[in-house]
Amino acid sequence: MNIVVCVKYVPDSTADRQFESDNTVDRVGVDGLLSELDEYAVEQALQLKEKNEGTTVTALCVGPEKAVDAVRKALQMGADSGILVSDEAIAGSDYVATSLVLAKAVEKAGAENKVDLVMCGMASTDASGSVVPAMLAERLDLPQVTFASVVETQGDQVRIKRDSDTATEVIGATMPLVMSVTDQTGEARYPSFKGIMAAKKKPLETWSLSDIGVDASEVGLSVAWTEVTETTARPPRTAGEIVKDEDGSGATALTEFLVSKKFI
Amino acid sequence: MSEVLVVVDHVDGAIRKPTFELLTLARRLGEPSAVFFGSSDKGGEAAQKLGQLGAEKVYVVDDTEIKGYLVAPKAEALAQLVEKTSPAAVLFVSGYEGKEVAARLAIKTGSGIITDAVDVEEGGVVTQSAFAGNYTVKGKVTKGVPLITVKPNSAPVEEVGAAGTVEEFAATISDAAKKAQIVAQQPRKASGRPELTEAAIVVSGGRGTGGNFEPVEGLADALGAAVGASRAAVDSGWMPHTFQVGQTGKVVSPQLYVANGISGAIQHRAGMQTSKTIVAVNKDEEAPIFELVDFGVVGDLHSVLPAATEEINKRKG
Repeated sequence: MNIVVCVKYVPDSTADRQFESDNTVDRVGVDGLLSELDEYAVEQALQLKEKNEGTTVTALCVGPEKAVDAVRKALQMGADSGILVSDEAIAGSDYVATSLVLAKAVEKAGAENKVDLVMCGMASTDASGSVVPAMLAERLDLPQVTFASVVETQGDQVRIKRDSDTATEVIGATMPLVMSVTDQTGEARYPSFKGIMAAKKKPLETWSLSDIGVDASEVGLSVAWTEVTETTARPPRTAGEIVKDEDGSGATALTEFLVSKKFI
Repeated sequence: MSEVLVVVDHVDGAIRKPTFELLTLARRLGEPSAVFFGSSDKGGEAAQKLGQLGAEKVYVVDDTEIKGYLVAPKAEALAQLVEKTSPAAVLFVSGYEGKEVAARLAIKTGSGIITDAVDVEEGGVVTQSAFAGNYTVKGKVTKGVPLITVKPNSAPVEEVGAAGTVEEFAATISDAAKKAQIVAQQPRKASGRPELTEAAIVVSGGRGTGGNFEPVEGLADALGAAVGASRAAVDSGWMPHTFQVGQTGKVVSPQLYVANGISGAIQHRAGMQTSKTIVAVNKDEEAPIFELVDFGVVGDLHSVLPAATEEINKRKG
């Protein structure tokens, strides 16, 4: 089985994230890392590798040079090889352009050995749009089994469980396909010392746009199909009233607050 | 005036409230036309309500060849409807399905997409909340038909009394779109409480409950609220994942959010920080959740909540 797992390099969500003057996400001034939600996709890819002999897992990332850190983390966890698509022209790309770059890179990665499974996290921790997996499926003309909370495979048959808003569903499809997984699939492994050492020797390629046959005029901020006109830091919430509960005073104060706000 | 398509979110004909909010927003952009996937009987019934709340037209798309498969057939049908109607925009409810149908439609129609809108203004300016609610972002779609997914509770529901004229639309679904099959479907059991993402009030519990959600549920019922849970409570197996509020659970934006025994990690904040009024009860006065609150009680939820519930029930008489 040939698996490509898409990993995103995102600003650390516990750091002070901000926007640049051109309203794009600051991806350089803030420490970045492999998006936590993509670790679950790497984990599921590795579990499939462990169950299916002869499986290769390739970590694929689109981002600035620093984004190689995200690929490296996936290699340390156990992916076999890594690809970073990096090109100045890509900066500021929206979902549509990002999905184009990913799709072309998946095609190139599968040129000799067809890709059976494209794995993604359920969302990125920065934009959290959750739309790139479906766009990738559309571009690659593949079925999608997305937001999986449980993954089962038998040969090329795939079944997932998905908790949608109103129902729990079981979705079935045949590879090749695009899958996205949630954190419910199970904790992602930490890289072991051995894994960290081994990762240094694993193949890691950097591709430019011309390597994947995408013209620079098709991507980037200036041709994005959406425009961000304004980003404003939310004013810090004015400090609320905090009371200490003493002998039941807390319940009374809480009730009075709710009454004053007309919730009761 | 151009049409604005509103994709109806419904379960077996029962329309979910966020759809009606979309109709209110759609009216700012043009003339709302609802798109109902289902049988013509159910579509006819739905059209009455949809008309009353703003839909001039209701396209009913027979879903015999659509309902058994994930996402792709709906995107195909909508692409055909977009082709026919050249709408000013298409609005979806921001959920798994709304986002993914919009995503495929974006590629099919060469259109830009904006997700998780909290407001849509005349002229198509869309407001989003970014970085766990720390930033407000405004933007526009600049290419194709604007595809906008909107979070629940982003607009009021308004009685308009529009026509709601039914028009059947026959879509052609390709075999390629029928490859991800819905093998089984278990509708969520009705809890008797409001649905989490739609609720005006949400009462949540976290690690501090120690696994006992009775005080949380008691307060929720007194306030007519939905019950939520933090990831810690879900990971401990105290509540099912469908109750989880946060980055990997539901994103809620109610009028009132009451966090009980929840410390307020960034992942949780990402799911509730846009709530209008925030209240917390926590034993630990250093808990970061208190940085967000309009009102907070430093105390044990196991004594504060039952006492507050009793007082509230008394006041309600």
